[in-house]
Amino acid sequence: MAREPLSPENAHAPRRIRVGDGPLARFLLIGTVLLVTVLVLVAPLLAIFAEAFRHGMGAYAASFSAPDTQYAIGLTLFTALIVVPINVGFGIAAAWCIAKFSFPGRNLLVALVELPFSISPIIAGVAYLFVYGAQGLLGPWLGEHDIKIMFAVPAIILASLFVTAPFVARELIPLMIAQGSEEEEAAVTLGAGGWRILRLVTLPNVRFALLYGAALCNARVMGEFGAVSVVAGNIRGQTNTLPLQIELLYQDNNAVAAFAVATLLTLVALVTLVAKAIIERLDAARVKAQGKPGH
Amino acid sequence: MNRVIPGLPLSLGITVLYLSLIVLLPLGALVWQALDVGWERYLAIMSGARTMAAFRITLSTAAIATLFNGVYGLALAWVLVRYEFPGKRFLDALVDVPFALPTAVAGLALSALFAKNGWFGGPLAQIGIEVAYTPLGIAMAMAFTSIPFVVRTVQPVLEDLAADVEEAAATLGASDLRIFARIIFPAILPAFLTGASLGFARSLGEFGAIIFIAGNLPLKTEVVSLLTFIRIEEYDYPAAAAIAATLLGFAFVLLFLVNMLQLWQQRRIGTGD
Repeated sequence: MAREPLSPENAHAPRRIRVGDGPLARFLLIGTVLLVTVLVLVAPLLAIFAEAFRHGMGAYAASFSAPDTQYAIGLTLFTALIVVPINVGFGIAAAWCIAKFSFPGRNLLVALVELPFSISPIIAGVAYLFVYGAQGLLGPWLGEHDIKIMFAVPAIILASLFVTAPFVARELIPLMIAQGSEEEEAAVTLGAGGWRILRLVTLPNVRFALLYGAALCNARVMGEFGAVSVVAGNIRGQTNTLPLQIELLYQDNNAVAAFAVATLLTLVALVTLVAKAIIERLDAARVKAQGKPGH
Repeated sequence: MNRVIPGLPLSLGITVLYLSLIVLLPLGALVWQALDVGWERYLAIMSGARTMAAFRITLSTAAIATLFNGVYGLALAWVLVRYEFPGKRFLDALVDVPFALPTAVAGLALSALFAKNGWFGGPLAQIGIEVAYTPLGIAMAMAFTSIPFVVRTVQPVLEDLAADVEEAAATLGASDLRIFARIIFPAILPAFLTGASLGFARSLGEFGAIIFIAGNLPLKTEVVSLLTFIRIEEYDYPAAAAIAATLLGFAFVLLFLVNMLQLWQQRRIGTGD
């Protein structure tokens, strides 16, 4: 946060001048930023709800009665239910070895964990097609054994796993490094085993970061579009997740239904951000109380 | 750090195995497919008019989006760090909206805003500016999805900036603009460039937000990610592999650049954080 301009030791100092502290600069900068923010960040959110309720509450509610849309809601929830726990597990494992140990190739491993962030979802989708598609690396073998992954639910799950792999790990790694290993070492000397330490010492210390990582991972899984649209094949009522259903409804000129479905995902996003704000506040309170980063 | 804590083999094993299966195997398959295309055919695919146009459009609109976010993101970070005002926490939370909001929803929202009868599209049409179905629309979508990058990389560095140097400069009579240009901006430059590079990388690969607003006309408003998608739908796998591998190459170059920038920043600050 900004330094306190009026703390006791500098109350006597000559007027503290920092760049941009003049009233005009302040007013212009804050005003401009707020205006642009309303236009580029607030307006899109409002537009979604305005369009969804354009023809009233009834039309909005009716949008969810279509079987395809209900199927898409179910498939999206199902995907999140599988992907989020797996990536939480992966995040904990990755954070444990990266934060608590040093070994050759550790930096490379960190870079690998974060790699999916830098890769276009379309590339991820195409890459999965080249593994599990009919012409792909494992395609012939999968065909022989009659296993269908591409253009089916397993591909949606795999692509989502790829795209959201870094979310939990990225929240945990810096925090666990900052917290150090003293508490775990103390637990070892007291005779605790690895699982016990993880459950009773490490995870309670990082629980808020873990929750936030999982919430972000969840929001992203539910909203993933590019990667899923390559591997899902857009089969109505079979492989349509909510974002794909939005596109389909939009192409069908069923704008109200498209925006109605979009409000669901917008609410997921907003809840995630509120959770983040609460977690940050709790964390700040904890740092104040204990003097260490806690999340 | 130390060896008393148990669980290294298990956690490292899980991590490496998972990354190999989920990340490396597919990327390896993509590279394998691209290598299979062969050099001559690769050049033929990449030099095709439609591919060239897609890359030109994507790179130029991503540059515009990055420019916008360079200015807006820096101003936003500045306002969040330097001033106190009502609603500041709310503004800070809003910054993350583009990360949490699905890209398809963002695209849908932008298409509604910039439609001819939309809140922005209507007034803009009267002064003769069209956004929907033009490269400007693509840039808008890219800019929206990459807003948080510059803000979130510059913000912590700006917070840690010591006040004494700029105060000394002010005492010596330097103007605000001069102090900003000579002292503050150089200090946040590595973080600023890191954020801009990350945002640019994100824009290059953006798909969901763009296709709703771009019009998606070949040679005019077709971005690289969409062209890759279309090649897949046409079962033209060599072309899809070539284009996707090239895009992947761009991502790796930018990632390398970001790593170099972070080294630069660490050396400047003198901490390993």
